Amino acid sequence: MTTSTRGATKVPAVLVLEDGRTFRGRAYGAVGVTFGEAVFSTGMTGYQETLTDPSYHRQVVVMTAPHVGNTGVNDEDPESKRIWVAGYVVRDPARVPSNWRSRRTLDEELAQQGVVGISGVDTRALTRHLRERGAMRVGIFSGNALPDEGTMLAEVRQAPEMKGADLSAEVATKEPYVVPAIGEKKFTVAAVDLGIKGMTPHRMAERGIEVHVLPATATADEVYAVNPDGVFFSNGPGDPATADHPVSVMRAVLERGTPLFGICFGNQILGRALGFGTYKLKYGHRGINQPVQDRTTGKVEVTAHNHGFAVDAPLDKVSETPYGRAEVSHVCLNDNVVEGLQLLDRPAFSVQYHPEAAAGPHDAAYLFDRFVSLMEGQRA
Amino acid sequence: MPKRTDIQSVLVIGSGPIVIGQAAEFDYSGTQACRVLKAEGLRVVLVNSNPATIMTDPEIADATYVEPITPEFVEKIIAKERPDALLPTLGGQTALNTAISLHENGVLEKYGVELIGAKVEAIHKGEDRDQFKLVVEAVNAKIGHGESARSVICHSMDDVLKGVDALGGYPVVVRPSFTMGGAGSGFAHDEEELRRIAGQGLTLSPTTEVLLEESILGWKEYELELMRDKHDNVVVVCSIENFDPMGVHTGDSITVAPAMTLTDREYQVLRDVGIAIIREVGVDTGGCNIQFAVNPEDGRVIVIEMNPRVSRSSALASKATGFPIAKIAAKLAVGYTLDEIPNDITEQTPASFEPTLDYVVVKAPRFAFEKFPSADSSLTTTMKSVGEAMAMGRNFTEALQKALRSLEKKGSQFTFVGEPGDKAELLREAVRPTDGRINTVMQAIRAGATQEEVFESTKIDPWFVDQLFLIKEIADELAAADKLDPDLLAEAKRHGFSDQQIGEIRGLREDVVREVRHALGVRPVYKTVDTCAAEFAARTPYFYSSYDEESEVAPREKPAVIILGSGPNRIGQGIEFDYSCVHASFALSDAGYETVMVNCNPETVSTDYDTSDRLYFEPLTLEDVLEIVHAESLAGPVAGVVVQLGGQTPLGLSQALKDNGVPVVGTSPEAIHAAEDRGAFGQVLAEAGLPAPKHGTATTFAGAKAIADEIGYPVLVRPSYVLGGRGMEIVYDEARLESYIAESTEISPSRPVLVDRFLDDAIEIDVDALYDGEELYLGGVMEHIEEAGIHSGDSACALPPITLGGFDIKRLRASTEAIAKGVGVRGLINIQFAMAGDILYVLEANPRASRTVPFTSKATAVPLAKAAARISLGATIAELREEGLLPKNGDGGELPLDAPISVKEAVMPWSRFRDIHGRGVDTVLGPEMRSTGEVMGIDSVFGTAYAKSQAGAYGPLPTKGRAFISVANRDKRSMIFPARELVAHGFELLATSGTAEVLKRNGINATVVRKQSEGTGPNGEKTIVQLIHDGEVDLIVNTPYGTGGRLDGYDIRTAAVARSVPCLTTVQALAAAVQGIDALNHGDVGVRSLQEHAEHLIAARD
Repeated sequence: MTTSTRGATKVPAVLVLEDGRTFRGRAYGAVGVTFGEAVFSTGMTGYQETLTDPSYHRQVVVMTAPHVGNTGVNDEDPESKRIWVAGYVVRDPARVPSNWRSRRTLDEELAQQGVVGISGVDTRALTRHLRERGAMRVGIFSGNALPDEGTMLAEVRQAPEMKGADLSAEVATKEPYVVPAIGEKKFTVAAVDLGIKGMTPHRMAERGIEVHVLPATATADEVYAVNPDGVFFSNGPGDPATADHPVSVMRAVLERGTPLFGICFGNQILGRALGFGTYKLKYGHRGINQPVQDRTTGKVEVTAHNHGFAVDAPLDKVSETPYGRAEVSHVCLNDNVVEGLQLLDRPAFSVQYHPEAAAGPHDAAYLFDRFVSLMEGQRA
Repeated sequence: MPKRTDIQSVLVIGSGPIVIGQAAEFDYSGTQACRVLKAEGLRVVLVNSNPATIMTDPEIADATYVEPITPEFVEKIIAKERPDALLPTLGGQTALNTAISLHENGVLEKYGVELIGAKVEAIHKGEDRDQFKLVVEAVNAKIGHGESARSVICHSMDDVLKGVDALGGYPVVVRPSFTMGGAGSGFAHDEEELRRIAGQGLTLSPTTEVLLEESILGWKEYELELMRDKHDNVVVVCSIENFDPMGVHTGDSITVAPAMTLTDREYQVLRDVGIAIIREVGVDTGGCNIQFAVNPEDGRVIVIEMNPRVSRSSALASKATGFPIAKIAAKLAVGYTLDEIPNDITEQTPASFEPTLDYVVVKAPRFAFEKFPSADSSLTTTMKSVGEAMAMGRNFTEALQKALRSLEKKGSQFTFVGEPGDKAELLREAVRPTDGRINTVMQAIRAGATQEEVFESTKIDPWFVDQLFLIKEIADELAAADKLDPDLLAEAKRHGFSDQQIGEIRGLREDVVREVRHALGVRPVYKTVDTCAAEFAARTPYFYSSYDEESEVAPREKPAVIILGSGPNRIGQGIEFDYSCVHASFALSDAGYETVMVNCNPETVSTDYDTSDRLYFEPLTLEDVLEIVHAESLAGPVAGVVVQLGGQTPLGLSQALKDNGVPVVGTSPEAIHAAEDRGAFGQVLAEAGLPAPKHGTATTFAGAKAIADEIGYPVLVRPSYVLGGRGMEIVYDEARLESYIAESTEISPSRPVLVDRFLDDAIEIDVDALYDGEELYLGGVMEHIEEAGIHSGDSACALPPITLGGFDIKRLRASTEAIAKGVGVRGLINIQFAMAGDILYVLEANPRASRTVPFTSKATAVPLAKAAARISLGATIAELREEGLLPKNGDGGELPLDAPISVKEAVMPWSRFRDIHGRGVDTVLGPEMRSTGEVMGIDSVFGTAYAKSQAGAYGPLPTKGRAFISVANRDKRSMIFPARELVAHGFELLATSGTAEVLKRNGINATVVRKQSEGTGPNGEKTIVQLIHDGEVDLIVNTPYGTGGRLDGYDIRTAAVARSVPCLTTVQALAAAVQGIDALNHGDVGVRSLQEHAEHLIAARD
């Protein structure tokens, strides 16, 4: 009838939430079945970074931006060696990518890495549903012979929940590796990989730091074996309540008073190490437009977030901890969630959001400088 | 830190008349700012010469000065009001330039007025091209990104010619400094073009400075809107990507928000550069707009320019995101920080964030080249569009097709039937950017062009090109399908196809498609613009339609009134109609209704989410309006739809809405027909015993000729059902009548051409009135300064009328009442009369809000549109008088003798247009409206009011110097007295030989100057055109010689435009100008606020 190639992509797909709501659309990426926790991300740019962020392991990501894939897939922007999301939900995938760095289409990339997605659904309705009901389990089923809705729903309800999941080890490196300093080497940092993004050691390397990335299972001895000037705890997937091992390693670092910096999961671990609790947010913060206030300067930074859990620490007072006084250094202005902690008597701090950005604004890059100052201070 | 306590009063400068490049968006931003400042408890003093704005409504500011925005007048206001601060960033380039003048001439210091919102140094750094280059260099040194196009600053033609060599040859871009909307800039491909564009640019630039630049034609173009507070918090409110690549002014481009083809890395580079620039320039409390070009080959980023103020783009960004930039800029200027200001939409989160969109916004420009047939329609770096429409959809194709149909212009939507034409020819045509290039591209695609070929000829990004292919493929599927099944129909709707387009493809009527669609249950849902992609609940009902799954329209209890707006601004239908719609919304809200606004014009106050209870940002087509009415009917009771305030656009929908069972309130569709249809209206006049000029209607040349032969030439011809005199012409002979009929595309058996006797030398009178079925309220009577035959929108007028007596008013009142009653008006009616000899002819009646409603309302201190809205919903004039909305006694026809005189003057866009040879377009007024805006001068006597109107529109009238006079034979008699007056005021007269002779015979000395056609004299005597170009003439009076005498006059008038010399093209205007000059030369001209005028008027009425 026409020269159209549109018909080729019309393989049906269904998204089924654990509370029974379903959305029908078309297959995107790999055809098949996938399960995970449904979360939405509000970033309008940076889908490659999102897909390859290990923190999204076991999550099905709903993109609120309707057009996804417009700039194709390049070889420079991924944050790790593979796509980690468990499933991908978009409204309008690009047919023709356009960017001078693009190597292939996102559709091809998803299919090649076996990531099951769905397109053509009312992502806004889905997002509103998740906002009102909270993040929940989901399944995407695609193909020409789909099971009936009851069967699909039953399968979704059998999938594991995010609460209580210990996932760091599944995504972290198995072997240690070194990211060399760019230019003159000034410091050595041991970075405990709980699901680290590629940009994080890069931001440190730019500041003359040689980064020794260690597996999630690294012990305190292994951390100190690299003779670090500072220790870093990365972002990563899963429930911080399960992260007993990293918490114990961090306590050892705090004991010794080595400069310490944590991001995201690392912030939650610092919270636990200090004796605070953590809790699951209703639907989390995932986007690159979140206003965070640095409470020491009063300044607001626009930041990249990806967290479903948060630290439960008092905003209105300094807390006494086994490692001296601690306070909430950063807070999200949208909902007053704790976004950063710092010790007042020891060189340790962490943030819940992503100063390394990728994707997202660079407003918080100063935190890496702050880490450098702590290490300088320790040396002096 | 909360707001500053050391500022008690603020002077806000508006942007003056609507001109190309500076339009209604500044009414929107200025109104927001004034309301915010007032709510903060500050005394707000406003100056703006534009009466058609909401901003100049007396309730928006504490003291509203409708006075010329010149340093002289603003100084008078400052001396009188003694404000603590001046906020110059919300009134466009006009306000910024005026503020800089007041700073430089020491006025601000003298009166202790602090400039807030932007410091002078920052303004210079942002706007001065030399300084801005240094800013970009400094930014690059800090962050390693961003550079300027290679360029040379020039202050003379010598510099310019040398500059080209320095840049490595042609083509080069020429940009004059400190002009608005890119006025005077363009591409030069050779020396001839360069001399012309740069010469003009040096003249236009207040600092005699132009910039020559390397060509980055065809690169991708982006804009960022940023805001910064005094704590150095910076947010990027919106990214905008231009569909048309570099080379087309962003105001003339189709633009898309958010940016569609940037990776995060590239976007963050633009963001970093933008933030570093706003810091380096030092915009410390407010917004700015930064434009970038990106090389599609390698991503090289060039910073093009920045505007350290609220702009057209910031208005668009505000509407696109729900983040009210002007409102927040005003709050930042008085001391708040971003984190202290709540996000209005969510109410729970602060303004210190960056909006994220889960929809796509497309803006499309509206042009008026049909009004300027000799103008070059190529799009360049000089803005030429007169308005714009914005649309939102859940994807690009939906938003794009909605935007194109919002333009409400024949051929603006894609068409998929008929022969597309020759592929090679279409691709060749698409190389040149013009109005409607996107349609040419679509035809090229239909003719078989490949994606690569389209990119090659247009440089439109391949992603956008593919989206056009996607639309075309769906059109193909629609054409090929056996039947319209729900899946296919839903798919087509998801990509923005209208019922009309689908009908065209399927060979069905639009209403049949709609019936099928409704039967299949394919209907749009309405989504909310919430700034946060649904992350938080939105409290503000700001909707757009989409063919998606879930609707967000909430149920309501109160009866709703749906007000249809006026769509994109165009010549003949501008901001005045938005004014009336906004007033209706306010008045009906006060009266207890839930107000629902429908409009697609992002520049306006009506599309501010604050204006009405609910806002639907939607095209004003029958389909889109019917769906909104349907959605609102499901939400709660609908009291009615108001169609008579938004101009011809909603009025044209009236009958069809009624036919679809929609309750149209106010004047009924039948009554509208009675006024618009010649036959029916003739009947009304005949029954009332009122004379109209002899006339007839015809659908063929033979028919028209027979009528013209009977009534005699000259005749006035025009198509029926048009606004702004579109296609209207005075025809002096049969040959022209024949060619007119042949050229006119609007004529059909259902739309005949109207042929009227043309009343030479008549006085034209405009009347605005309210009628409730029982009582008439005469809103105001305006006497035109130019004679009949010049479109009322282009004619200056005075209110109260300056030469009409009580008997004339009585006749006008009786005629108006008879027509209002005969037609069946419920609300506003505007009638145009012509007084020829002693006979009062009725020219036409418009049963709707007219262009003059805001002017009349301000001149008489009575809110006519509010009253009209109330009458539409059943209130009577007697009740409104009782309520106090209308005066207890009397009306606008019986103003006290000492009432102030208001003069409205039209502002013409001549300087924007060039023909293909680069020459200016002629400036003669005619029956077709071509003005883009208007100003008002108000004072106690006519002369001063007229002088103010001229100062507001074109710059002050000269009070001495050299006046050049050259008039048509028929004007020679009436020229003598005003010429004598000019001499009495000390003017030296220059005249061409014929006019000089007449003057001499009447005892008036005039120096004879050479006509352009005579060339330079033997001793180097300059021609008049050379004299004008050399700045040796201060005032020009040049009336056109009927149809033929355009040759010399053309050069004179275009020279006058180029040099900004006041140029009067009618003797009536000369007479008025002489009165103005007389007033200026006798004593001080004062300033008075509208509130003071109103107090005076109300006291006199009681």
